[in-house]
Amino acid sequence: MATSPPEPGGPPAGAAPRERDAAGLGRLGATAFVVPALLLIAAFLVFPALWTIYLGATDYRLTGLAAVDPQFVGAENVERALDDDGFTNSLGLTLQFVLGSAVIGQAGLGFAIAWVLRDRRGFGRRLIEAMVLLAWILPSSVIAFLWIALLDRDDGTLNALLSTPGTAWLLEHPMLSLIVFNIWRGTAFSMMLYAAALGNVPPSQLETARLAGASSWQQLRDVVFPRIRGHVLTNLLLISLWTFNDFTPFLLTGGGPEDRTEIMPVFIYETALFGGELGFGAAISVLMLLINLVIAVVYARLLRRRKDVDR
Amino acid sequence: MRVLTRRLVALTGALALSGTVAACGSGGDGDSGAIELTISMNAIAGGKNAVEADWIEQWVIPRFEEERAAAGVEVDVTFEPSGVDDEQYKSRLALDLQSGAGPDLYTLDGIWLGEFAQAGYVEPLERTDPDYAAWEGWEQIPEAVQALATFDGARHGIPAGTDGRVLYFNRQLFAEAGLPADWQPASWDEIVEAAEVLAALDGVTPIQLNAGTAMGEATTMQGVLPLLAGAGEEIHTEGAGWTGDSAGLERVLGLYAEIYGAGLGDRQLQQETQGRDKSFEEFAAGKIGILLESDYFWRSVVNPAGGVAPMEDRDENVGYALIPAAEPGAGLGGSDHVSTSGGNVRVVNPAGDHSDLAWELLAFMHSAEAVTALVGDDPRITARADVNEALLGDDPMLTFVNERVLPLTSYRPALDVYPRVSVLLQEATAAVVAGGDPAEAAADYREGLEEVVDGDIAP
Repeated sequence: MATSPPEPGGPPAGAAPRERDAAGLGRLGATAFVVPALLLIAAFLVFPALWTIYLGATDYRLTGLAAVDPQFVGAENVERALDDDGFTNSLGLTLQFVLGSAVIGQAGLGFAIAWVLRDRRGFGRRLIEAMVLLAWILPSSVIAFLWIALLDRDDGTLNALLSTPGTAWLLEHPMLSLIVFNIWRGTAFSMMLYAAALGNVPPSQLETARLAGASSWQQLRDVVFPRIRGHVLTNLLLISLWTFNDFTPFLLTGGGPEDRTEIMPVFIYETALFGGELGFGAAISVLMLLINLVIAVVYARLLRRRKDVDR
Repeated sequence: MRVLTRRLVALTGALALSGTVAACGSGGDGDSGAIELTISMNAIAGGKNAVEADWIEQWVIPRFEEERAAAGVEVDVTFEPSGVDDEQYKSRLALDLQSGAGPDLYTLDGIWLGEFAQAGYVEPLERTDPDYAAWEGWEQIPEAVQALATFDGARHGIPAGTDGRVLYFNRQLFAEAGLPADWQPASWDEIVEAAEVLAALDGVTPIQLNAGTAMGEATTMQGVLPLLAGAGEEIHTEGAGWTGDSAGLERVLGLYAEIYGAGLGDRQLQQETQGRDKSFEEFAAGKIGILLESDYFWRSVVNPAGGVAPMEDRDENVGYALIPAAEPGAGLGGSDHVSTSGGNVRVVNPAGDHSDLAWELLAFMHSAEAVTALVGDDPRITARADVNEALLGDDPMLTFVNERVLPLTSYRPALDVYPRVSVLLQEATAAVVAGGDPAEAAADYREGLEEVVDGDIAP
């Protein structure tokens, strides 16, 4: 995080300025290098965020009188959101989605695949990796179409395989279907990251542990995990954040049936665009931004604690 | 780590490549110096409202360009087709218009007129062309139909046409179940009785009565509102306000409970994202017995020529009946049968650079000649009386709607909050179809209504 205090283990206070200016650019040169990036960030990140906060405090609408002449309503939208069943419902569903599909599903399955494949080479490994990667790189719209065909009530592939004709998976088990879908969709990233991380565990240490009679589980816990803890946390941070903001489920269920898969991005989309309530939608977006920040801060703290321990 | 890096590079390359390919697809603008106009409609060749899309591309655009060229003005008209749900079309259109862009000329559902006009996306025609009233077409369009394009007492556009709702039924299934081929129920009970008889057929859903939010406005228009009219009530009474959890609304929700509670309708179909399209396919495949729809269903869905779910034997096998009141004489104004109507309106975008020319194009599109070309061999009820008179005689169904349905129909209020009230009604039906209590759903509806209409509820 950019705002974090200087690390305690950094260069001692009072070190010569020359030493701190490792690139030798000087204050002016460094500023010149940083300014374009800062301007871009200001234009495309800071300004939209502030604008969203402002919009969230108005009753701006897509159509009608409030589209021409929005009124300032202060925190009314936020109060309404916190009091709105739709909001709490979508927050709950989003947490289910993040925990189920990202934290448990993708991270777990990704690690499992990476662990199983760690010593293997050759065609089998390439094939599995290719399949997992393919799920990740195909465009969402294509994937959504494939899954709708897979789960369809009348002619779905899954029903044909399981001999359960007439089961409408996306209607009867909507959240579960989406979680399974998203595990399949996003495991590749965790798999690749863990595969790289496992490569960093010195084989000699594993060998020693094995000679000392450690079981697989003990090896994992005491040798592998301490080595890759940073990777695990970084992975969890990234996949939690982007699963939290993922919009692909909309392509499968459109938030339905009723609002049983209306995760937060879908809720905002429905409210702001279909419902036309841009102001209220912006207020929910701000709340969502805050939740994202909380997630990021929690992980960042865990990461920093790890660094302190390492030292 | 090296493996990972190499893979990432390959991946980035692939992503960049697909980005480039996508970028090549767009772009390309006129550089001929001609005045450019765009038309936007929820119609697309080979898909939704294909007839209209073909008419715009093959008749309107070339002829208008030719006519203007003869007058010495070079015009380049482009059509922006679209084939999505009406709600999606609406939000995309509103977003375009809000950013000050959008098509020069577009079609919108009559019920959106209020909110679009208040937002300034449409203006009274008077402001586009002070001489607009001189257009010859106005005297051909009946008052009631003109009201579709009127907001706050001013005409904002030209109505594209109107429609009427009936109960469609599959004659073949009716024959198998021993029901009459010229079925005309006189009350809701008779509908339910027929559905119960149909339930004996294997693999047949007796009745499709739109419900839930996934169907959008189709739930309100082909479900709640005609039924409410059948119970003798309007959703908004001029001078009194909106209808709350009235006795009529509870009866309507009670009918939903009766049909879906007894398994006479397919609950899940009402929840599916593509539920409405699926219901059309099932009707065409002989899996649905009775279906409440507008004449759109006859023209654009089961039409053997160009329908989205064509039925070769439409003329013999698709029957239609007037929608009965709850019981004889219980309908709106003491009527025995009811219907609801809507219609599209075509308007000019005031933010366009050439709105005067766009108005000329709009008037051109609604000349008798143009409307006749649109109708072609495929009759529909147009806004123009002269065209209807000349062409409807060929089609018994549309004549039926024109002569028997339109006189007893009712229109939705052209008020800007209507779409939000409509969503509340959809949610109430969703609750009942999912097994909820009608009275409770009606009470929830009223609670939402109070917020949306700010207390303007009929006593």
